[in-house]
Amino acid sequence: MTSPTPPPGRRHPRRSQALIGALLAVLGFALVVQLRTAQQDSSLSSARQEDLVRILDELTSRGERLRAEIDDLQRTRDRLTGGAGQDAAALQETRRRRDALRILAGTVAAIGPGIELTINDPAHSVTADVLLDVMQELRDAGAEALQVDDVRLTASSWFSDSPGGILADARPLSAPYVFRAIGDPHTLADAMEIPGGVIDSVAARAGASTEVAQRDRLVVDALRPLSTPRYARPAGD
Amino acid sequence: MIPALALLLGVAAGLALGPVVPLWLQPYLPIAVVAALDAVFGGFRALLDGIFDDKVFVVSFVSNALLAALLVFLGDQLGVGGQLSTAVIVVLGIRIFQNLAAIRRHLFRA
Repeated sequence: MTSPTPPPGRRHPRRSQALIGALLAVLGFALVVQLRTAQQDSSLSSARQEDLVRILDELTSRGERLRAEIDDLQRTRDRLTGGAGQDAAALQETRRRRDALRILAGTVAAIGPGIELTINDPAHSVTADVLLDVMQELRDAGAEALQVDDVRLTASSWFSDSPGGILADARPLSAPYVFRAIGDPHTLADAMEIPGGVIDSVAARAGASTEVAQRDRLVVDALRPLSTPRYARPAGD
Repeated sequence: MIPALALLLGVAAGLALGPVVPLWLQPYLPIAVVAALDAVFGGFRALLDGIFDDKVFVVSFVSNALLAALLVFLGDQLGVGGQLSTAVIVVLGIRIFQNLAAIRRHLFRA
């Protein structure tokens, strides 16, 4: 922009040059300052009021959205942890029922207080119906697990006479017949001694006798394999 | 030559000092800078056209920057600062483009 030959009518060419130079220096200065400011700030401090309001609105609505999301996720978490607790309770209940059913079905050994009833029968005069009465009497008295000799007695157990002796669930028994019943020992022992009950009916047979022993700790360890029903299915459930 | 040196001097000073723009000036400085750039390009074009005038340049430079900033300030007071600054930038941008096109034609004959 240097003009070696100033046009006529120019009164202070050097002063104009200095003024232009000063202006351009100011421009360069302002330019750099503005560039740096624009880079530094996230343009927030130089934003106008309505822009700030808009940004604030956006942030507020974004915050609300995120809060709603937090609530949602917390509800899901609570549901899941609550569900886990329910699962644990359900599992515990299932275990309890499984244990009860296993003892009923005779697939596990049972331990507890009870009585040991021995029927001595040297003359082989005791028949299957006597043993069946004994089993029913023990059940009535609240026996929870039963075995005779090494046969576990369950809901489907049966006795029958055969030429070789008495069969229990198709397995031959031999005298003396030893019943082991888990339950309240007193109640069971008393039930055996009812007039006309087990002891009397056994004593009615020739040469037969009974011994009842109450035990604090008795093991019913005869097992029976789990039989899967072929026809019956749980209804409902 | 002197203006170019002065421009470089200003850039160097800005880099060296690194001042913080006062808050009240922040909305208007960019507008003023763009307006001044417009004046500079206009002056350069006038120089190439052979009709450059010191007085015109100085007056247009100062008034451009001040008017642009004033306009935006007025817009802020009226509540349309954002839109008005956009309008000013658009107008100045168009003018800068036209000046640059004329300069290009002078320099490259195309």
